[in-house]
Amino acid sequence: MEDVILCKNVSKRFWEKSDPERDDQIGKGRTKRSIGGRKREVAALDDVSFRVGKGEVLGILGANGSGKSTLIRVISTLLYPDEGLVEVFGLDVRKHPHAIRPRISRVSVEASFFKKLSALENLVFSGRLYGLSRTETVTKSAAILRRLGFSEQKMRAPLENMSRGQQQKVAIARAFLTEPELLLLDEPTTGLDPKSRRDVQEFVEEVKATGQTTIILTTHDMAEAERLCDRVAILDGGRLVALDTADGLKRKVGVEAGNLEDVFFAFAGRKWEDEEEDEHEA
Amino acid sequence: MSMKPEHELDETGIPHIASPPRRWTPGREWRTMYAFVERNFHLVRRYLSWEIVNIFYSIINAMTIGLISFAAPAKDKAATTLFLVIGALMWGYLSILFDEVANSITYERWEGTIEYTFMAPIRRLTHLLGTCLWGASYGLLRTLIVLAVAAWFFHLPLSKANLLAAIVALLISSLSFMGLGLIAAVLPLLSTERGAQATHIIQGVILLVSGIYYPVTVLPRFVQWLSNFSPATYALDTTRAALLDGAGLGVLWPSLLKLFAIGVALIPIGLAIFTTAEHYAMRTGRLKRNG
Repeated sequence: MEDVILCKNVSKRFWEKSDPERDDQIGKGRTKRSIGGRKREVAALDDVSFRVGKGEVLGILGANGSGKSTLIRVISTLLYPDEGLVEVFGLDVRKHPHAIRPRISRVSVEASFFKKLSALENLVFSGRLYGLSRTETVTKSAAILRRLGFSEQKMRAPLENMSRGQQQKVAIARAFLTEPELLLLDEPTTGLDPKSRRDVQEFVEEVKATGQTTIILTTHDMAEAERLCDRVAILDGGRLVALDTADGLKRKVGVEAGNLEDVFFAFAGRKWEDEEEDEHEA
Repeated sequence: MSMKPEHELDETGIPHIASPPRRWTPGREWRTMYAFVERNFHLVRRYLSWEIVNIFYSIINAMTIGLISFAAPAKDKAATTLFLVIGALMWGYLSILFDEVANSITYERWEGTIEYTFMAPIRRLTHLLGTCLWGASYGLLRTLIVLAVAAWFFHLPLSKANLLAAIVALLISSLSFMGLGLIAAVLPLLSTERGAQATHIIQGVILLVSGIYYPVTVLPRFVQWLSNFSPATYALDTTRAALLDGAGLGVLWPSLLKLFAIGVALIPIGLAIFTTAEHYAMRTGRLKRNG
């Protein structure tokens, strides 16, 4: 199968404000002094390698802060890796971002829009950046938004008057507007109500069925990953600790009859609650 | 076999086959620039009441500066008023251009859209010139409104003014101001919270050295020397010559040529500085708002 994404030994580190007590507890990374105080180095991605083939849907599971969004940003040409190679469509993301960008789209966990503008005004702006005319953008946007349950009237209302679920559907429309060959979905259903979540998942399933779009989907929803993804990767502390089909992962940890949550706990070696506790402490 | 074009969506809104990358054309670059103008126009429309407040402030500001001339001897009052009002108008125009460029980046960072704009297949120059084009157009409109009100209020002696030459001078000086705007845009790119405010530092330096409210000849020698490097100095000289003395393009062309040359030099310099900051932001992860 033709590779759409190749990640080879990718690492990315950031400098964060240091908390001596916490640093002692977790005991990792270098530290340095700066004008703003002491900083410690945190590995967001640590020697990550994988390939994704054309038309494949790869799910990425990981707790908060495990490096999922960093990986999406690196693939989407927004963040340079410190080490390693990232190729999209056979092109290095650092050297050829302009050749990659017209062929990819992204949906992030936050529906990022000009909230004072309407859905269509936001989408026309996005469409123009991709060389689409106003008419073409409005026609395509309306088709996608109608499919996601939007009324004509709603399309013309400011985004600030919409629920999070509705805003996220507009973000989905923005991503599909340009018919990307690679779609990066960064927790697209996090925080959505069950109806909106199902609408988005069904839409992704329909796109997947065409076999033309490669999708990376990061999620906290194990059932979503199992339902939508051909393979599932687990990130823990920036490291890729597992990558296989959902059934393959279950077999590896001996929970064939279990669910992906059991697999996640087995590979990540801790429970979600521990992660939440860490975040609260931070 | 379907005859449907490869990039079409079907009636269900499901994309079929990905489109090939589109080719570069000057028309496409122009349309991309227009996207930023159109978006900012819609934003101004949504904040119209605040824009009216801002225009009111600009008028009050120009009047306050103009009223200083009332302390001048009667024989110099009219010329002094015009001298000061032109300074206030130019300063207002420059401030609008700077604010629009800086706020555009700040706003994109607040809303989190900057990552999407940076991911779009557009040239950074096109992106930034689109933003500047909006700033210059909107600034020009507001400046003309303030000029009209100031002319009525102060009975400005514009009978021998060459308005066409003044507008041409303003448009040519916009090139330089756009270059400075690109440099200023770096600050909100690197800091969402403080960057836009920090652009006032650049404006402050221009205000100091360019002779906006006083002739540069009154400045200490080393500050006078700095005024040679400010495009606002030449912009003010040419605009004042056009409005105060009625100088035409035939007389002003050497200064306009100088202004044009500064603009042509400043735009690539501004772009290079912004691009360097962009690479820094992409190395250190500063583009993201959260997540």
